[in-house]
Amino acid sequence: MSAVIAVPPAISAVNDFVVKFANVNGSGSASANELFAKAILRMGVPVSPRNIFPSNIQGLPTWYEIRVTAQGYLGRRGGVDLMVAMNPQTWNQDIAEIAPGGYLFYDNSKPLPTGKFRQDIHVIGMPLTEISNATYAEPRQRQLFKNIIYVGALAALLGIDTKVFQKLFAEQFKGKEKLLDANTQALHLGRDYALAKLPRIGLKVMPLDAVGEQIFVDGNAAAALGLVYGGATVCAWYPITPSSSLAEGFQSYCQKLRVDPVTGKHRYAIIQAEDEIASIGIIVGAGWNGARAFTATSGPGISLMTEFLGLAYFAEIPITLLNVQRGGPSTGMPTRTQQADLLCCAYASHGDTKHVLLFPEDPHECFEFAAAALDLAERLQTPVFVMSDLDIGMNQRLCQPFSWDENRHYDRGKVLNAEQLEASRDFGRYLDVDGDGIAYRTLPGTHPNKGSFFTRGTTRNVYAQYSEAGPDYIANVQRLLKKFDTAKTLVPQPVLRAAAQPTRYGVIYFGSTSPAMHEALDALQADHLHLDAMRLRAFPFPASVDAFIAAHDQVFVVEQNRDGQLRGMLINEQQIDPARLVAVLHYDGTPITARFIIAAIGKHLRKV
Amino acid sequence: MFCGTAIGMASSASVNSTSTIACKIALIAPAGANLGNPMTYLAKPKLHHPSLTQNKVCHNRRDYEGRISSLCAGCGHDSISAAIIQACFEMDVEPHRVAKLSGIGCSSKTPDYFLGNSHGFNTVHGRMPSVLTGANLANRGLLYLGVSGDGDSASIGIGQFAHVMRRGVNMTYIVENNGVYGLTKGQFSATADQGSKSKKGAINTDTPIDMISLALQMGASFVARSFSGDKQQLVPLIKAAIAHQGAAFIDVISPCVTFNNHPGSTKSYDYVREHNEAVNRVDFIPPRAEIVVDYAEGEVVEVEQHDGSVLLLRKAHGAHDVHDRIAAMNYVATHQAKGEVLTGLLYVDDEAVDLHHHLNTIDAPLFSLGVAELCPGPAVLAKINAGLR
Repeated sequence: MSAVIAVPPAISAVNDFVVKFANVNGSGSASANELFAKAILRMGVPVSPRNIFPSNIQGLPTWYEIRVTAQGYLGRRGGVDLMVAMNPQTWNQDIAEIAPGGYLFYDNSKPLPTGKFRQDIHVIGMPLTEISNATYAEPRQRQLFKNIIYVGALAALLGIDTKVFQKLFAEQFKGKEKLLDANTQALHLGRDYALAKLPRIGLKVMPLDAVGEQIFVDGNAAAALGLVYGGATVCAWYPITPSSSLAEGFQSYCQKLRVDPVTGKHRYAIIQAEDEIASIGIIVGAGWNGARAFTATSGPGISLMTEFLGLAYFAEIPITLLNVQRGGPSTGMPTRTQQADLLCCAYASHGDTKHVLLFPEDPHECFEFAAAALDLAERLQTPVFVMSDLDIGMNQRLCQPFSWDENRHYDRGKVLNAEQLEASRDFGRYLDVDGDGIAYRTLPGTHPNKGSFFTRGTTRNVYAQYSEAGPDYIANVQRLLKKFDTAKTLVPQPVLRAAAQPTRYGVIYFGSTSPAMHEALDALQADHLHLDAMRLRAFPFPASVDAFIAAHDQVFVVEQNRDGQLRGMLINEQQIDPARLVAVLHYDGTPITARFIIAAIGKHLRKV
Repeated sequence: MFCGTAIGMASSASVNSTSTIACKIALIAPAGANLGNPMTYLAKPKLHHPSLTQNKVCHNRRDYEGRISSLCAGCGHDSISAAIIQACFEMDVEPHRVAKLSGIGCSSKTPDYFLGNSHGFNTVHGRMPSVLTGANLANRGLLYLGVSGDGDSASIGIGQFAHVMRRGVNMTYIVENNGVYGLTKGQFSATADQGSKSKKGAINTDTPIDMISLALQMGASFVARSFSGDKQQLVPLIKAAIAHQGAAFIDVISPCVTFNNHPGSTKSYDYVREHNEAVNRVDFIPPRAEIVVDYAEGEVVEVEQHDGSVLLLRKAHGAHDVHDRIAAMNYVATHQAKGEVLTGLLYVDDEAVDLHHHLNTIDAPLFSLGVAELCPGPAVLAKINAGLR
């Protein structure tokens, strides 16, 4: 391949490389870049795109990184093989990021920006602005079609079939023929120029059959759909990145799927509240009154909700929270990803509290767990968190299609109806009748003279009567602990991946670390470093976690936060010897990579 | 109405439903066998005279009571609880069709002291409005009664107070306003007047928040003020607020006998009695009832609400138009500047609509919907999957 471009040696790869677009926020590049990703996907080649965006609407730098991966490794790889540098502000930084032998594609309508430059990369210039300005008169059109022109050029360079784009355009602009024609024209402008004037490069996309039935969707949309399927009827939220698109997604799915066909009335209620305190207050009221209710938020929102979380835990109100985690503390890194809210959610509020957390690994599990959380919340009469993050929530990810068993029913938990109350002799709201720590509740309005009670955050006896007596308090909080034990059997259980051969080493991970971990385990195994792996899917931790740790001399705990929050919880909750748990921590705000995990674990294992 | 057997169906009906309740005379056992520690919980005997009058839904007045109040003797709040009991009894409200919610504070304790057969929720300080909003969204078939105080609604909770009024939640929201924090022993609240004196002698320098003006500005569709010491005025106002199909707010001046009933306080019994300016007196006529009150022409204004109830307003003085929000705001501000405590019905929108109307929610309560109404099913999901490839 060195014949393609003389010196230095060019990177040569088929269906296995990283393209990064450096753009200016608000320039319309996102949809063009997404089009590019989807075109590769339509050729049967898995892709994993990531938006790396600023807290800004217009003007600041933004990047879109696409990993093309025949093997289906959907984690972020690290490194860039082809940089599409469309933003002079970040020129130096973008150039520096290109792997040796990699490619720089840029707009050479104006002379190259001055600044650092490299001899070990291949430069491909194309007069994008010139072409666009010569074709389009209107400034906004010039800007938007410039994006499509570079997509056309890249498609030609990489060998992406034009028919794929035609099909994508036809789907996207159905009924808007004018737009369809204009986009097709722009695409061909870029393509024709590239074929005629640009050198060939060593990166190629070849048709493959590695996508199959998988779907391409972001975690927030998936969770929103899971909430529709799971029967959520009340949503209260306050806008906050990266969770806003979840509530908005719920709204748009409800508008399509939850309107009464006869009356046109809504089978849902959505309130954009004045703040996160009101958001959770609204869902606490709705949950108390028997509706399936949720809020979507991120770290600062959780902080505001903590007083209500204590009330919901202590008064035993079912609510569901979708926490799309970002970098903290405080405003932190609002547009970057982390798994750093474990402790603040697991123990949110003052006093002795513990909450149920679910850890989805991808959009498929966002759908599954959002629906499951609604069931769990009502079964356990307590807050349940779905702990997504920006990496899963705001990036389109290839995953298994959504599925729903047509016989599936909602688990509404232990709620007494009028007939049951009529037949019962001794209703006590906090009586542990079944010995599982979960008492029976009643909903307002059920029965004229049986089953009413006063819900409060203060101590009460089993009949919900106000009490400041120590024994009443202890009996109550001990029952709550028993209920938390019951939760261990109801939450999604861990997923095991056994090493190719018996090993003394294990690794525990969760959530969005999943794709990078799979890739890392493959690579480590190829390097004869074997580890059994356990993916945790919920807190409280079931007994199988203790067994897994006990079966290994050392267990790596891989997570995306500074303090090793999961590791700390394992030590505290399961009484694990800290020396057996080795922290592997990634927390710069970018998604963890296989390269990072391989380096950290490999280094440790080679030492021993 | 026939007071026979059968129990009310859960949640399906509105307050005017025809569900019947077995009339039980004589001894009714207290709810729950365990009466708990007498230091912290006092049971109220349920023994009552068998000939007590029953209302149309087969309850006597005592069926609307709650537990024994733990507030100070003479507390204005207990008078308000009694007024709520009387209003609900006389309106034939079925107690279990009411959800009573409160925040934290002396006033917020009171829902335990009335409507013992209603579900109650003592929520978080200053955040009752959001919980009530959510409860209302889940089940639009119940009556919502929010009880709060001036600390709860004007200090810590002013934000939620404003927003619940903006949204037009269908509720009766009562602030038991004494200008002082009782449970924490006598600190000023945000409604304490500038220049008023605390029991310990401190002078309040902060500008007071007037809940009436705030409610008017935030869009409440029924706004009234009353005095806990004037049951004649308060009971019909509570009835009218309950009948109102929108955000109804009543600011009830309710003196704190322990911490704010001294000379120098502007929320004491004496001060309020001396400065009370009643704009009007309200007679509440339930829907479809005959108006039998005698009055001379021009003396009384009839206001018909959405549910068919009629409010007869006897004007005490002036020509205040209760349908004019801007005029009400001016009227309140003008009289306040003179140091008067304006009471009565100050504003009502008899065409008010509520949050469910704005959200276009279905008539059935959302909580009652099941998988058949809520889940689009696997076939739709297959189509969604196909669109994501």
